[in-house]
Amino acid sequence: MAESLNAKITALFDEPGCDTNVAKGEKARKKGCSKPLQPGAAAGGCAFDGAKIALQPITDVVHLVHGPLACEGNGWDNRHAATSGPELYRIGATTDLTETDIIMGNGEKRLYRAIREVIERYTPPAIFVYSTCVPALIGDDIHAVCHHATEKFGTPCIPINAPGFVGSKNLGNKLAGEALLDHVIGTMEPECSTPTDINILGEYNLSGELWQVKPLLAQLGIRLNACITGDARYHEVATAHRARVNMMVCSTALINVARKMEERWGIPYFEGSFYGIGDTSDALRTLARMLVARGAEADLIDRTEDLISAEEQRAWNRLEPYRERLAGKRVLLYTGGVKSWSIVSALQEMGMVIVSTSVRKSTDNDKQKIKDLMGGDAHMVSSIPPREMYAQLRRGDADILLSGGRTQFVALKARTPWLDINQERHHAFAGYDGMVTLVRELDASLSNPVWEDVRRLAPWEQEDGEAEFDDEGVPALVPIG
Amino acid sequence: MATVIQRRKAASLNPLKSSAPLGAALAYLGIEKGIPLFHGAQGCTSFALVLSVRHFKEAIPLQTTAMDEVATVLGGASNLEEALLTLARRMKPGFIGVATTALVETRGEDSEGDLRLIMERNPELAETKVVLASTPDYAGALEEGWASATTAIINSLVEPWSPSIRSFQQINVLPGVHQTPADIEVLREIIESFGFYPVILPDISYSLDGHIAESWVPTSLGGTSLSEIANMARAVHTIAIGEHMRTPADTLTAMTGVPATVFPTLTGLEPSDRLVSLLARLSLRPVPGRLRRHRAQLVDAMLDGHFYFGGKKVAIAADPDLLFSLSQFFAGMGASVVTAIASTGGNRNLQRIPVENVIVGDLTDLEDGAAQAGADLLVTHSHGRQAAARLGVPLMRVGFPIFDRLGVAHEETVGYRGTRSLIFRVANQFLGESHEHRPEDFGSAIPAPVITTEEGRHASGTFATH
Repeated sequence: MAESLNAKITALFDEPGCDTNVAKGEKARKKGCSKPLQPGAAAGGCAFDGAKIALQPITDVVHLVHGPLACEGNGWDNRHAATSGPELYRIGATTDLTETDIIMGNGEKRLYRAIREVIERYTPPAIFVYSTCVPALIGDDIHAVCHHATEKFGTPCIPINAPGFVGSKNLGNKLAGEALLDHVIGTMEPECSTPTDINILGEYNLSGELWQVKPLLAQLGIRLNACITGDARYHEVATAHRARVNMMVCSTALINVARKMEERWGIPYFEGSFYGIGDTSDALRTLARMLVARGAEADLIDRTEDLISAEEQRAWNRLEPYRERLAGKRVLLYTGGVKSWSIVSALQEMGMVIVSTSVRKSTDNDKQKIKDLMGGDAHMVSSIPPREMYAQLRRGDADILLSGGRTQFVALKARTPWLDINQERHHAFAGYDGMVTLVRELDASLSNPVWEDVRRLAPWEQEDGEAEFDDEGVPALVPIG
Repeated sequence: MATVIQRRKAASLNPLKSSAPLGAALAYLGIEKGIPLFHGAQGCTSFALVLSVRHFKEAIPLQTTAMDEVATVLGGASNLEEALLTLARRMKPGFIGVATTALVETRGEDSEGDLRLIMERNPELAETKVVLASTPDYAGALEEGWASATTAIINSLVEPWSPSIRSFQQINVLPGVHQTPADIEVLREIIESFGFYPVILPDISYSLDGHIAESWVPTSLGGTSLSEIANMARAVHTIAIGEHMRTPADTLTAMTGVPATVFPTLTGLEPSDRLVSLLARLSLRPVPGRLRRHRAQLVDAMLDGHFYFGGKKVAIAADPDLLFSLSQFFAGMGASVVTAIASTGGNRNLQRIPVENVIVGDLTDLEDGAAQAGADLLVTHSHGRQAAARLGVPLMRVGFPIFDRLGVAHEETVGYRGTRSLIFRVANQFLGESHEHRPEDFGSAIPAPVITTEEGRHASGTFATH
């Protein structure tokens, strides 16, 4: 692995913007924060996966993956990052390295030719070139190829050096951010610039969530300069350094970008969320305050408050009909990071009971927020083995599971309602409208008559009594808060 | 006789292929209490896992040796060992199928040797059968991976013929990767109807068909049992489907002496007839009434359906054996295959596809070919949806992956019954596209003159010479 990549990763692990890192001692900090993976019991994507997730939503560029087929072939066009126009980002482009290329050392040449073919066919404003394990192993220098191709063809070729084996998805997110800082952000100047320009970092416009937020910003006269990277265009990201404030929405994914943009261009940043009513309001408030501090007109703060009270009122009015239907229903919330705590308050407001929440990917900061919300020592679990979760759901410890796709079938096989709140979801849950959508989906799922029908034993099974399943030693899920 | 053209492109744009390790994983999922294990970085597994879950809409127990930077530099043997021990301890599988990935193959690791040493020094693995197939991502695709894994299983788990083995009314079946769980079910019924006991390897009909189990199972939900695999030498015959299953079939024959027939396809009237008459000959039984009835239904379906196939232009992109099978089917029903794209080029059946050129390429080649030929139907997996939308041509989803339709496991394509449902599926697709005739469809309300000026001059010229 190249020296430069090693140095980059070491630097990423020593992130002064990261509270966890700052809290560490000198020795612990040197070790970095990658957790060792256990062979045979690991789940989750690699660094390349993370890099691709973070950058793929840039819609008008071609994402070219340099490697053997699987890296792109098994994973392209698989998320719902929506676009308001260009479709180029959905193309699955790969050098599809063959045995001969690897043995003969033809990788770099093949990559160069692939870049040319892509430019000839699509003339994109830029090409993002991703390295993967095999080219990294055989020493292909994608930086050199990209540099040469950029000069030769006049189309920016951006090298993303995040081969899978260097670490986790989260590290890949950050390496993608580094690539943006090194090669994209600040390379173009915007046509115009206003005192209310902002960037949103770490929002990928999954199922169009950005569009649930954009109208709110528009009503306040706040201009979204660049969303990094949901529904973004290359030139928007390239001119992102002219924004006045950065909002970081996905906890730690792009914290390095936020901090370095502050260092380089003096753009202050804050961490906020558009999941949940209270969180959305807080985010808008903070945005307004920070923009005014940077020269926006002072009445923005009052206008924001007006919008917040109107929108909150409207949201609660729309949620009111569901309160009766959902009160007392028990939710098992099983997902990492921000999403967990962001929606807790809305669910509680509906009278729903949280029985357990996962803090698998949450930072210490996140955990404290959950504790504050739940009041005291919340019932937080790091992970539940599938067998246990199956038994808990089968036993009826919870009425619904909110999680990502990985645990979908645990719930369904236990004949328990399940709602996808991770990146593969098909519904948009952001902003005030998003919370109404979430509650509506919860209700639709819980009130579906299918559950009663599928739980019923077949007539010939009824004589044998209750179906047997193994729940020995499985702890009960208890209500929290 | 088609010419197979290898495109000299450096970039694959919208890949048609799925990788070989994924094919191997699917095969391993057809073994009872099995777990596939990818020997590589965790991303290799993650992508394959997500794709398989989207296709089958089932939990897929796919695991990884999670090679990190250190393992990549120093070698992955200890990762393989730790993974096997962890799986044996936590999930108690009966079978673990290891598929290597490009990462370890590029390093040039001797994974076979590593595995032998690991098995020798770890008594806790004695209860678990472990099989390893070499499936680098940079060579072959789904079919090669599936076939390699099947061959590896045969080599390690089948007991070679010995004088003590008594023949039994058993038929071995080696289905191709393009057979759905429903296809395997159809084959089982046909074989059983002649009084044979089918041993199907790999058998995904119960592990990937989508059903609700009575408890949480961390391994595959069903599949060929290890004892059945061991006893494959007892069969009177082996039936393999698709050219890619020739190597596993030959391997099995060499080990057991059981003769094998490789069917290029089992879709269509004639191939189904060949299967049924083979079984009748082997069993010395008459063809059961039920099958005769299914045949009569298929013939009727062909007659009813041929109206909608005739003159239609079809563009197909698939793995070679599926491409061959579908091309034969469409051509046999009167449609013309205008574009044929194969994911890999090694399969000799490609030359027998009824089309001028078979291109080894990607979905962009399919899109370009279909546009140029003015195709009426695109036939490929779900990733063809972008091309279909751009061209405004309907897409029939076949192969792997199909992630935007339900019930994929239950689509039948083999035997009389499977061919019948396939005809109806396609015909209904065409029927749905047809519309009520309007005057403007006919160019002009007044019938055009029989001879245009051009043709008239030409015609008179011809007459003049006579």
